[in-house]
Amino acid sequence: MLDFSSLDRYIPKFLEGLKVTIGLSIATVILATVLGFIIYFMKASKSGIGKFRPISAFAVVFIELMRGTPLLLQILLVFSGGKMLLGIDISAFQSAVIAITLNASAFIAEIVRAGIEAVDKGQMEAARSLGMSRSLAMRLVIMPQAIKNILPAIGNEFVNIIKASSMASVIGVGELTLAAKIVQGATYLALEPLIISAVFYLILTFSLGRLMSWIERRFKSSDIR
Amino acid sequence: MIYVKDLYKNFGKTPVLSGINQHFKKGEVTVIIGPSGSGKSTLLRCLNLLEAPTSGSIIFDGQNITDKKADINKIRQRMGMVFQQFNLFPHNNVINNIMLAPVHVKRMPQQDIYKRGLELLSRVGLSSKEKDYPASLSGGQKQRIAIARALAMDPEVMLFDEPTSALDPEMVGEVLDVIKNLIKEGMTMVIVTHEMGFAREVGDRILFMDRGTILEEGTPEEVFSNPKHQRTIEFLSKVL
Ligand SMILES: Nc1ncnc2c1ncn2[C@@H]1O[C@H](COP(=O)(O)OP(=O)(O)OP(=O)(O)O)[C@@H](O)[C@H]1O
Ligand SMILES: [Mg+2]
Repeated sequence: MLDFSSLDRYIPKFLEGLKVTIGLSIATVILATVLGFIIYFMKASKSGIGKFRPISAFAVVFIELMRGTPLLLQILLVFSGGKMLLGIDISAFQSAVIAITLNASAFIAEIVRAGIEAVDKGQMEAARSLGMSRSLAMRLVIMPQAIKNILPAIGNEFVNIIKASSMASVIGVGELTLAAKIVQGATYLALEPLIISAVFYLILTFSLGRLMSWIERRFKSSDIR
Repeated sequence: MIYVKDLYKNFGKTPVLSGINQHFKKGEVTVIIGPSGSGKSTLLRCLNLLEAPTSGSIIFDGQNITDKKADINKIRQRMGMVFQQFNLFPHNNVINNIMLAPVHVKRMPQQDIYKRGLELLSRVGLSSKEKDYPASLSGGQKQRIAIARALAMDPEVMLFDEPTSALDPEMVGEVLDVIKNLIKEGMTMVIVTHEMGFAREVGDRILFMDRGTILEEGTPEEVFSNPKHQRTIEFLSKVL
């Protein structure tokens, strides 16, 4: 039988973990979104010599690397590599933010690409035919429409980020999953601490889901007004 | 006003335009007709460089616009284009569709642009639709807004690519009427259309295109009543 009665006094431990998970997720979501857009624009960049486009090539390789290797490994690499290769002292929390940001930005770059490509080709042509530069057309015409395609998928990615943040526990970041493990050790209860953590994750992801669909609705309604 | 010299355009290895030479004069209405796939749209889109020519040159108002140094955005401001699929901006209401480019590209005072926008709306007979979104308009209304949007930049020439082909038959007339009014005001135009009656009525010059070349050109009378080439005769017998 499950026994939650003895877990009362560990609630602060879970809340502390929850706080770290939220902090880690928010930092990562913001940074990964910004970086994701940058990576997309790098990938779409046409500058280069002849057929060779170094900026675009760099972004393509980056995306492949990030999507083709496990996140857990990336977190361990940043954590150990930061000290060994670069000689800088980064905390476990910072390592986790960097690794998950890099990883998620590759996925977000692809989400952004798909969202922009889904905008009718005629929109860019109409904007250009009116004398807008490519970047002005992007800002005034393409992005406002693409954002409606991008939002649902990016909301999913935010949920993934929350869940992925649990992997930061392997390098000792005191987030929810590590909190569960610590409580497990202290109480010799195998399941209950994990279940409590799971409930906290669910509350986080569910709330984020509601928030995202509210934002989506606000964006969608603007066409039909 | 626009000289086209030895214009060639290939898509990959496929030649689509094979040596076009034309002079589109100021105040003149040129109508391009021809079978599907003959390169009419491609020619029109080369005029404002929506398609980059493979070779040849396009001289607009004395300036070689195919030159790499030409400021293409400046040039496009002087050439309006209307598309078969309207391409209105769905996230902007009607008046903002019209004002978007003038506000951000021409940077004239907002108030002047708004006044001009209202004037254009009344000219295309859609004053009541100022605040509506494109999704709520009929095809004919969308196309009239698209024309107003192009005119808001005060272009010197208007390019129309099958402006009525995507419309239900009962809406073709209202769009053609707007175009006819523009012609009366002396606008220079190049129109691609399958509306032969309209072509004959408004065209100063008719170009018949076939397989990437202009096979026959002349007044409507010459092309429609006395076509010289077998291909022209075949085409006209199918569409008239
Ligand atoms: N972006 C493109 N890439 C490859 N081929 C193209 C492209 N655009 C047009 N073509 C080809 O070029 C040829 C000419 O096309 P174009 O659209 O100019 O013809 P059109 O005379 O306007 O025909 P329609 O009356 O059907 O509009 C066609 O065979 C078409 O398939
Ligand atoms: Mg065409």
